[in-house]
Amino acid sequence: MDTKRTVFPSKGLPYLLVAPQLAITLIFFIWPASQAVKSSFERQDPFGLSTQFVGLTHYLRLFQDPLYLTSIGRTALFAVAVTAISMGVALLLAVAVSRVIRTANAYTTMLVWPYAVAPVVAGMLFWFLFNSATGHLAYLLRYFGVVWNANLNGDHAMILVILAASWKQISYNFLFFLAGMQSVPQSLTEAAAIDGAGPLKRFWTIVFPLLSPTTFFLFIVNVNYVMFDTFGIIAATTNGGPNQATNVLVYKVYSDGFIGLNLGSSSAQSVVLMAFVILLTIVQFRYVERRVQY
Amino acid sequence: MVENRPFLAVLTHLVLIVGVLVIAFPVYVAVIAMTHSKETLSLSAPLLPGGELFTNIALVWNYDPPGMPPFWRMVWNSTWMALIIMAGKISISIISAYAIVYFRFPFRTLAFWLIFITLMLPVEVRIIPTYEVVANLGLLNSYAGLTVPLIASATATFLFRQFFMTIPDEMMEAARVDGAGPVKFFFDILLPLSRTNIAALSIILFIYGWVQYLWPLLVTTREEHFTLMVGVRSMIGLVDVDPQWNMIMAAAVLALLPPVLIVIFMQRLFVKGLVETEK
Amino acid sequence: MTYPIRSAALAALTLALSTSTAFAQTEINWWHSMGGELGERLEAIAADFNASQSDYVVVPSYRGEYEESMVNTIAAFRAGEQPHLVQVYEVGTGTMMAAKGAVYPVYQLMADHGSNFDPAAFLPVVTGYYTDTEGNMLSMPFNSSTPILYYNKAAFEAAGLDANTPPKTWEEVEQFSQQILDAEAAQCGFTMAYTATWTGTENLSALHNVAYGTLENGFGGLSSELTFNHPIAVRLWEKLAEWQASGIYAYGGPAGGADNAPKFYSGECAMYMNSSASRAGVLANAEGFEVGFGMLPVFGDVAGAPQNSIIGGATLWTLSGHEDAEYDGVAAFLTYLSSPEVQAAWHQATGYLPVTLAAYELSQEQGYYEANPGSDIAIKQINLNPPTENSKGLRYGNMPQIRTVLDEELQAVLNGQKTAQEALDSAVERGNQIVREFEAANQ
Repeated sequence: MDTKRTVFPSKGLPYLLVAPQLAITLIFFIWPASQAVKSSFERQDPFGLSTQFVGLTHYLRLFQDPLYLTSIGRTALFAVAVTAISMGVALLLAVAVSRVIRTANAYTTMLVWPYAVAPVVAGMLFWFLFNSATGHLAYLLRYFGVVWNANLNGDHAMILVILAASWKQISYNFLFFLAGMQSVPQSLTEAAAIDGAGPLKRFWTIVFPLLSPTTFFLFIVNVNYVMFDTFGIIAATTNGGPNQATNVLVYKVYSDGFIGLNLGSSSAQSVVLMAFVILLTIVQFRYVERRVQY
Repeated sequence: MVENRPFLAVLTHLVLIVGVLVIAFPVYVAVIAMTHSKETLSLSAPLLPGGELFTNIALVWNYDPPGMPPFWRMVWNSTWMALIIMAGKISISIISAYAIVYFRFPFRTLAFWLIFITLMLPVEVRIIPTYEVVANLGLLNSYAGLTVPLIASATATFLFRQFFMTIPDEMMEAARVDGAGPVKFFFDILLPLSRTNIAALSIILFIYGWVQYLWPLLVTTREEHFTLMVGVRSMIGLVDVDPQWNMIMAAAVLALLPPVLIVIFMQRLFVKGLVETEK
Repeated sequence: MTYPIRSAALAALTLALSTSTAFAQTEINWWHSMGGELGERLEAIAADFNASQSDYVVVPSYRGEYEESMVNTIAAFRAGEQPHLVQVYEVGTGTMMAAKGAVYPVYQLMADHGSNFDPAAFLPVVTGYYTDTEGNMLSMPFNSSTPILYYNKAAFEAAGLDANTPPKTWEEVEQFSQQILDAEAAQCGFTMAYTATWTGTENLSALHNVAYGTLENGFGGLSSELTFNHPIAVRLWEKLAEWQASGIYAYGGPAGGADNAPKFYSGECAMYMNSSASRAGVLANAEGFEVGFGMLPVFGDVAGAPQNSIIGGATLWTLSGHEDAEYDGVAAFLTYLSSPEVQAAWHQATGYLPVTLAAYELSQEQGYYEANPGSDIAIKQINLNPPTENSKGLRYGNMPQIRTVLDEELQAVLNGQKTAQEALDSAVERGNQIVREFEAANQ
């Protein structure tokens, strides 16, 4: 990992600077996480009254379960779709807002504050819109000849959770793209304009490359969001159904552990998921970050 | 803008209007729902406003069943919690990112990865061990228990790192030639430059704290510490009773007001940035 | 408390002043999942108890939905911060029962701390679900209900049916629905909550007196095997798929099925099966038509059916690890809670079943059932016959996961991926794995 060409020569100061963050991380994240890793090798009743070491049993069982293996592919589809939609739409909106100086303020507000809708309320709103009994969008689709039934049609259910998960993340991405664009020097785009470059060309040759640190940041954050933070939305809309069509890995961790109280297997699943995402992140840092222009 | 192209301007506004419609539509539905009676809402989700707005707001504002603190108290708790988390996350993240980018010290990479990996650990997945730690530290039913475990922030650290990397090395070299030490450089140069990023992060992090539900529910068992999301969730009360959508929607919309204020307030920093680039 | 000197000083001070009663009162923490109106009722019970005596103060605390409250309790227990009383849903029963060191069984608590506790006063069908094989009551029933049938009288009339005769068999459900569809009195015949689980397998098995699992539906031990892939369940699930295609039945989603209630309220579906505790909501929301009540249908050609239905809802569990004086308070509170007056008031206000015979009789004396026709259907339905080993309840750990499996498999039947037999066989196979896992974790 790179630092600056030149750095400050200080022995104590950097430790002091990372100390608060590291202390909280170790106490409230790393330690509990190591407990979760430990329990993935154990079989324990929920109250922790009896514990037996079972080695790799939970892991072996997972990888012999055809349902678990299919849910890996489903998770990949879900992750790619949500990341692409939420980042693509957000970038488009951020570019548009940065072009309209006078009304930028109003648009930004309107685009950002839906993010503050609490997840539990957001799930409810999506149910309101899409349920087969009274939902507007279900009604609208019926008008166009589509019999919308996310309760039984797996494709409909997948579309529903992808839309809901993307919707939740667009405001977030938008805000950071917009912040990133603030730091693109106006002089550069002006110079390019004088050279006769059109808006689209200016965006691709100047603005977008300069946004690459932001894009990389958002890419990592979004992948993590989809992989770990979407079970609430799925719980509020489809419960992983119909017949597992929307049962992505993190939802299974949540439903087996949090609802089913099967702590050992759920821990093993979260370890697998974490290992997978850590691997993915390292690959991203090694290969994608090289293309990032700092 | 650099040049004037009417077609492009129209297109831009069109994109934005469609964007706002799509993004804000679910909120619109909630706002409309808060103007209807609970009977109407049990049958459909109307798209045009009704006449029950003030009744519903009054209902929520006076919502104070036994076992729940008054509404304003929950707003107060949530606001405090969100502000502490926001300020805490930004301060500890910006200094740790500063250390990681501008210093070279043993275990630097390890420190970064330790912090970074917390991105991959949502609280639900490690809830039981985390609760144990907080209970053992005696932090249940306190603002510290509500906020401190949530203050570590991989996202903010990572974002500041990304941003610091884009700042030309020459700035620091010049500062050092002028005799500025690391502390002076941080306060005089880095912090002002990070303004737009801090503004963007503040909004996101305030909202992050604001919408927390599960953690506050677990660590607080006394009503004086209950947060708004716990209150809203208790109204949804899905066990055997039909939820009172009119009240829930009104509460959800009222719960949007503090985040909206933060968005508007922080946005001034953004707009300042936009206007300055016009020079 | 690890400050002996300070707390001694404090005690002395309290004694000397003896003004504040708050110091002398023992606090009983009660965690629950009742939101909205039910939460307010529950808080009122606690407040009334607190006002009725001065030794104890019950402090209820809303802990989120049942799953959240359960996780909260487990986390708290592991950290030594558990409450005295916690409300746990019926599917958590197996888990709680297996946690022998964590739970202080109610019969034991009452024997140790209660004065005149009479287990015989309770309705056997309600407490049966929560007793061990020796007949000891392990938790205190609080909000119990059973699924019943609601129907739209206006739609029945419009279709030329007798508005006072609900269908008693699935054959009649089919026939009535067809008549309603033909007369265009509604767009769908019926919808039901917990189609794959509470209503469509658990109560189905009980009502037809067939086993949901071996060893008395799991009451006899953790090594029970699931057997709900019996011909009756296959028959219903096959019919559901057929009815779903012909419009007689509409599926409203997994678990409780969020889309069910609006379908009935809006008049789209003419019949609706859900918990008896939904009664208040149904009456409040079904505007524009009168609601009729009936028992759950059975297959008319099965001898002995209907047997009796089983309950759902939640009970109160006492957790171990507290002081004797505090358990005295818990026992006093549970005695108060099961008194006929408190029970009858709770039952009448909420639609939950009365827990004791006395509360049922009191409600009769007060004329509640006469004034509210249909409100006693649920009690009659659970008391149709003395419960058999197939109809006193279910006892499986990890029950929420078994229910998820059933939801998934029914969805596969309804969208044509599997036949009813295949789906139920697969549900049994997957369910048994879950049961074995629980058995292994609780040896």
